[in-house]
Amino acid sequence: MNSRQPGGGRRAGALAELTRARILEFVREPEAVFWVFVFPVLMAVALGIAFRSQNGGRTAVALLESGPPAARAELEARLRASPQLDVKILDEEAAALALRKTRVEVIVALDADAAVPGDGAPPPLAYRFDGARAEGRAARLLVDDVVQRACGRADAVAARDEDAPRHGARYIDFLIPGLIGLNLMGSGLWGIGFSVVIARTNKLLKRLAATPMRRGDYLLSIALSRLLFLGLEVAAIAGAGRVLFGVEVAGSLALLGLVSLLGALSFGGIGLLVAARPRTVEAVSGWMNLVQLPMWLLSGTFFSYERFPEFALPFIRALPLTALNDALRGVMNDGLGLGALWAPVLILLAWGLVGFGVAVRIFRWQ
Amino acid sequence: MTPPAATASTFAVSCRGLVKRYPDVLAVDGLDLDVRAGECFGLLGPNGAGKTTTVEMLEGLTVPDAGTIELLGRRWGKGDDRALRQQLGVQLQETKLSEKLTVRETVRLFRSFFETGREVDQVLDLAGLQEKRAARVGKLSGGQKQRLALACALVGDPRLLFLDEPSTGLDPQARLRVWEIVEEFKARGGTVILTTHYMEEAARLCDRVAIIDHGRIIALDTPAALIASLGASQIVSFIVDGELAERELAALPGVRVVTRQAPSWVLSVDQAGATLPTLIALLEGRGLRMDALSTHQATLEDVFVHLTGRGLREQ
Repeated sequence: MNSRQPGGGRRAGALAELTRARILEFVREPEAVFWVFVFPVLMAVALGIAFRSQNGGRTAVALLESGPPAARAELEARLRASPQLDVKILDEEAAALALRKTRVEVIVALDADAAVPGDGAPPPLAYRFDGARAEGRAARLLVDDVVQRACGRADAVAARDEDAPRHGARYIDFLIPGLIGLNLMGSGLWGIGFSVVIARTNKLLKRLAATPMRRGDYLLSIALSRLLFLGLEVAAIAGAGRVLFGVEVAGSLALLGLVSLLGALSFGGIGLLVAARPRTVEAVSGWMNLVQLPMWLLSGTFFSYERFPEFALPFIRALPLTALNDALRGVMNDGLGLGALWAPVLILLAWGLVGFGVAVRIFRWQ
Repeated sequence: MTPPAATASTFAVSCRGLVKRYPDVLAVDGLDLDVRAGECFGLLGPNGAGKTTTVEMLEGLTVPDAGTIELLGRRWGKGDDRALRQQLGVQLQETKLSEKLTVRETVRLFRSFFETGREVDQVLDLAGLQEKRAARVGKLSGGQKQRLALACALVGDPRLLFLDEPSTGLDPQARLRVWEIVEEFKARGGTVILTTHYMEEAARLCDRVAIIDHGRIIALDTPAALIASLGASQIVSFIVDGELAERELAALPGVRVVTRQAPSWVLSVDQAGATLPTLIALLEGRGLRMDALSTHQATLEDVFVHLTGRGLREQ
């Protein structure tokens, strides 16, 4: 009549069953699958397209329609002769708009009463650009260089270009590891927070607490179930980056896996901590946003956090998402080994252990 | 099923002076209980009487403010709570099991928490859920969900089973199936503590019933003895459109107890057939009109009405 737990120790049985149940619950929730797998890939695609090098890497220049037609035609021919420039002929108004929208980086204008070329010196020019933008300043220098050389300026010093683009230096190369980090944070916090609070609201936690289940097993199963999806999550984003934008992993895939694992466990611990007390989904959502907002802003997912003031950097680096992004970029972009990544790895470990440890102590079962 | 250990006490559950105070209400007010091994013990009372709080203190889910609890010879918080929980089966009010899991997955999960227990399929058979084994919990009817909750409570093969309102909200047929499952457990020698506000449920399942009101036990006996305590076997209730004195009704032949449950009068009588003609004659003599007359066999509800002046489903 009675049966003992089949196969192995009972402890492992309950933990395995709890983890299995969590995984089944997740894969049977189509919305969750969308947010964890499809959304970040769509985001990577959208951002990758928005920030791709436009015009085949050429600088966009607007040439105004104003000025004597012959002089303008000659200037246009000189600009078009450069493979580095993408020249558009625009009227005053359209050019100003294009500059504001950064569809062009510089406007080249001939003075209206400029002398026709051939009568002597080439007619004077005016450049309009946004001097606050590095791209604007670079475009102005490039256009001027093209014009001056075409008009016969000789170089004082012989120089040659050695164009060697550094591996992983494009924006998309910077972005993909950041998106992996952001997604590990989001799925760790939301995936755990919501399901724990819903189980609490449904009195399922109370029901489980009435069984001989080890309470730590329940919390551990939540963290463990995240691991299975982790690989798929990271592979989805990194794979999309590789296939669509040619983003390579410079370091070892094993280390990328290890860093992602640490990140997932770290946010798993933090997610459990955030979900340890709230009784309603509204309350836990508020806490989740509060926890995530500083990391969205500061942790260098979309732009480098080095732009923040010096004194803030130690605090920013201590945030778990910053540590995860740093470690992921170290592996993917810079090909670093574990020895060079000890600082972010320790930060991730500390957040995960503290989060889990405190969550177990203060967890509300009913 | 392990036979009850031959301890000094033959009580499966014994508690003394239980008190639980919430900020706005004294939920349990000094409650003593002794539940014998192998009996089905009912806590009967209206909503808010303190039944659930009492049961959850016994289950070790709520810590009492005062009082002692002994379950199967053990106490909560002595370091062997999990060993004690191995021997308990619990069904809580309003637990929503995960809707995404199937019936069998859910029972299998609960089975994994217990060192020993019954086979998952055997429990599914018992609960009549074998044909629903692959259905998601979210797709089950109310009665099926309740039987699943029972299956989860029984899969650890408990010695002591707690059921909190096991058939509330179920239709009569679904209720009957729940009762059959509980009866099977009783037949195996298990001890049951159940709360209910259905007197038919208490009368059918329970060997003894404690009637609870405002956190206190106001009567405790077998269902038959409680009903017999009314001293009558039938109940006559009616409304009149004018004043009547209680002693006028008490003086009628065969009337044992008169209870005013406004706007109705409730008489406990030996024989309704003998009392009714004299009642009608009394009212005609006074020129009063009678409304909403009903008679029925006395039930536990009538005991509660007699003790409190209120119905079980009133606040």
